Amino acid sequence: MTVLEVKNIKKDFGKTKVLKDVSFSLEEGQVLAIIGSSGSGKTTLLRCLNFLEKPDSGEIIVRGKHLLTEGCTEEQIRENRLHFGLVFQNFNLFPQYTALKNVTLAPTLLKKGTPQQLETQGKQLLTQVGLQDKMDSYPYQLSGGQQQRVAIARALALQPEILCFDEPTSALDPELTGEVLRVIRNLKTGGNTMIVVTHEMEFAKSVADVVIYMTDGVIEEIGTPEQVFDNPQSEKTRAFLRGVQEGF
Amino acid sequence: MFLPVTLQLLEGFWESLKIFGLTLAFALPLGLLISFGSMSRFAPLKWLLRGIIWVIRGTPLMLQLMVIFYGPGLLFGLPAMPRFTATIVAFSINYACYFSEIYRGGIESISKGQYEAGQVLGMTKPQIFFKVVLLQVVKRIMAPMSNEIITLVKDTSLARVISVYEIIWAGESFIKKGMLWPLFYTGAFYLVFSGILTVLFAKAEKKLSYFRS
Repeated sequence: MTVLEVKNIKKDFGKTKVLKDVSFSLEEGQVLAIIGSSGSGKTTLLRCLNFLEKPDSGEIIVRGKHLLTEGCTEEQIRENRLHFGLVFQNFNLFPQYTALKNVTLAPTLLKKGTPQQLETQGKQLLTQVGLQDKMDSYPYQLSGGQQQRVAIARALALQPEILCFDEPTSALDPELTGEVLRVIRNLKTGGNTMIVVTHEMEFAKSVADVVIYMTDGVIEEIGTPEQVFDNPQSEKTRAFLRGVQEGF
Repeated sequence: MFLPVTLQLLEGFWESLKIFGLTLAFALPLGLLISFGSMSRFAPLKWLLRGIIWVIRGTPLMLQLMVIFYGPGLLFGLPAMPRFTATIVAFSINYACYFSEIYRGGIESISKGQYEAGQVLGMTKPQIFFKVVLLQVVKRIMAPMSNEIITLVKDTSLARVISVYEIIWAGESFIKKGMLWPLFYTGAFYLVFSGILTVLFAKAEKKLSYFRS
């Protein structure tokens, strides 16, 4: 079943055309990896899906429901956002709250359950990401990898239909990326639909069902990991992948 | 002589404390409103408030006291406000402007990521401000705010220029009786009170040290 359809999304920042007519769709339980060099528009695409940026034109359709309508009230935008979750590159945890409170804060404010239910759910989620011992720690007491796992649990707490990751390991020391990627891999096993913007090619190759290579605000190539990585059709994709292999 | 002088000065200092307390009570929230306005995307409001802040911070509080007390009568023939009221009005406006700039600095120093994290979690703007941003702002502005508030303790003596009774007046009144030392002695009251405030602010800062941002 198609969960997400993105049609003809365009976005300019002043004179710079960041997204030029981007379209793709995503099936239930699929993982989409978006690769591409910085400035290719992949982060902006993710931000458009989460309504942190407003596309200039185009459609975002979740399970048949059109989300981008003109004259959205703030209330509607907030509702639309809840179809998506977003995990940021630099975590953006709330520093004044414990790991558990970071996870339970939004569902509590949105009245998604009784305090007891939400606390139980929060503990389950933190356990799921391997942080059962860190529930009462404050963000500054956690390593980058642990903070990012809290951020994932926080995003999951609202049960988004599509969970997005914006370069989730880019701010981490190399030895900490593994623990975060493992968590994302486990989420796939759990049937979550996800979009991962990433520089980790090996990870994209092994986890994604669909890979998009973006450059200059367009989808240059889209296909299965085998198609995109092993048999790219576009010269630009080949050049990018060669560059990645040589370690930039 | 010491005890009656102390009692009389205490009475004067009570008036100083009233100015201090009422000014804080009005200026702390008013400053927040002004800071929101001075960051507004509605340009006329923003520039109006920034202009007011410029005037208030750019002229002496003593002069502002006189303008607010004598101005309405001289310019418009209106009856003057009671002296004490005029003092509270002038002090509140003056301090609200200083506070607003401290708030603005604090609010603008919070990373965009904190707001965005709240947004993607479906929080409303007020929820993001009060549940996510505010405590981080409070922590960051603790030091400049305590500075400003301790300055206010001593600034209360300016009310003397529009003949509001406070501790300096109380001290001066002994000069007629040939005693100069009570005036100097008033310094001890300010010192003790700002000492107490310093301790309280240190405690509050310690209380907020449980997190880092």
